[in-house]
Amino acid sequence: MPTIIYIDHAGTERPIEVKTGLTVMEGAIKHNVPGIDADCGGACACATCHVYVDAAWLDKVGTASAMEESMLDFAEGVEPNSRLSCQIKVTDALDGLKVTTPESQH
Amino acid sequence: MSDAGVEHIVIVGAGHAGGSAAAFLRQYGFAGPITIIGDEPIAPYQRPPLSKAWLKGEADGESLMLRPLSFYAENNITLRLDTRVERLDRAAKVVVLKGGETIPYDTLILATGRRARRIPLPGIELHDVLELRTAADADRLKAALSAPPVGGRARRLAVIGGGYIGLEAAASTRALGAEAVVIEKEQRVLARVACEALSTFFQDYHRAKGVVFELGAGVERIEGEDGRAVGVRLSDQRLIEADAVLVGVGAVANDELASQAGLECENGILVDLTTKTSDPAVYAIGDCSRRPLPHYERIGHLESVPNALEQAKQAASDITGRAPPPHEVPWFWSDQYDLKLQIAGLPHDATQILIRGEPTPTVGGARFAVFHLTADNRVQAVEAINAAPEFMAGRQLIASRKPVAPDKLRDMSISMKEVAA
Repeated sequence: MPTIIYIDHAGTERPIEVKTGLTVMEGAIKHNVPGIDADCGGACACATCHVYVDAAWLDKVGTASAMEESMLDFAEGVEPNSRLSCQIKVTDALDGLKVTTPESQH
Repeated sequence: MSDAGVEHIVIVGAGHAGGSAAAFLRQYGFAGPITIIGDEPIAPYQRPPLSKAWLKGEADGESLMLRPLSFYAENNITLRLDTRVERLDRAAKVVVLKGGETIPYDTLILATGRRARRIPLPGIELHDVLELRTAADADRLKAALSAPPVGGRARRLAVIGGGYIGLEAAASTRALGAEAVVIEKEQRVLARVACEALSTFFQDYHRAKGVVFELGAGVERIEGEDGRAVGVRLSDQRLIEADAVLVGVGAVANDELASQAGLECENGILVDLTTKTSDPAVYAIGDCSRRPLPHYERIGHLESVPNALEQAKQAASDITGRAPPPHEVPWFWSDQYDLKLQIAGLPHDATQILIRGEPTPTVGGARFAVFHLTADNRVQAVEAINAAPEFMAGRQLIASRKPVAPDKLRDMSISMKEVAA
């Protein structure tokens, strides 16, 4: 199972094994990783699963859809490496992926 | 404090609010025992997919669960499922279960939700007259829709009530290849919750997908044969034949436990912004509560997952002595076919409606938003169809109370970033 490393805004790393096919958001919710709320359950409707993708992994996670882009446009604290974690599907190629959660989601 | 000075938190209700409250309490550092009591046989799960992906067979049981079962074991959270609470004894600080067992609490969180409103209609007790609130309800509906057709025609669902549940169920029914007839007593669907333009849009869209509407239609009875529903008799005596009838006419708060225990209730359990009830040892969160709405200077109830999560955070923050979370603008969503409806805010005190985009089904997908403005051009609510920027910017504008320029807002060539700037 690929390991996703969730880093909170204080820098604490939580390596979590996430089944392939689940999203990075689902991996966090199922293991109660703080900092990812996912109010809409993964419908790309809320931007409360916002994460910053580690620079080394940006190419591997791919690009955001137009829908995701427009949600991110209005999320708080958006950076060029911002993504909605409900839109990143976990694959073997993402083993070791590092994502950092913002201080708050809303 | 009970034994050894360790505080015990009991959560009554194992839905989205109850399950999330336990998770946030652990995230915020509460280390004592937590017990969640629920009357359904399964651990906390997500209800929104029940009328959508779950009904269409596109989601599995595991994806429906809020957290895996291992989460509760690993976090010292005791799940008492299939268990009904009979009453609360606030003086003794215990909840009394059906059968007489008592569970002591130091802090109690009520997350009892709402139940489907039942209407006194002849035939309502027939087999295949259904409601849609729980996973068991959804499974019954799915079974009724996927049974083999009778007499060469497709299975047909009659929906009494043209609200969101009814429309989502109708869309999923069409996706399953069955027929859907929506019966609504008002002249338009979503009459209580959406403006006329949005109602018209949804009716047109559903009709194009083969849904039949009976608007302004009274229901006299549900007709049955051998104890099974066979159709809905309208007030004008026409019979809408159906293999199953879904009744979706709103929901009522499960506030009886609270009101019988003397807690203040008013179509829901009254709480403050920490979600405390009139008893400081008792909190109430989610659909069952009636709460202050900070952006609208009034109280009301919100039936939504975002509200369940916001109040779960408010309760967990208050209990653990953490700073309260920021006030959220209420929001809701609905998926029907390829339409994504996102609603932010409530239309209270709005005096004008402004439509950005074309509210008609178009080739390549509809995309528009309905803004509800006050007389001085502040956004109170926005209903956005496939229009994420309008929804997100609308949410910000509702929170900031910043007036908008209606001409700019109406002009699709001006980006929402610029409108909101």
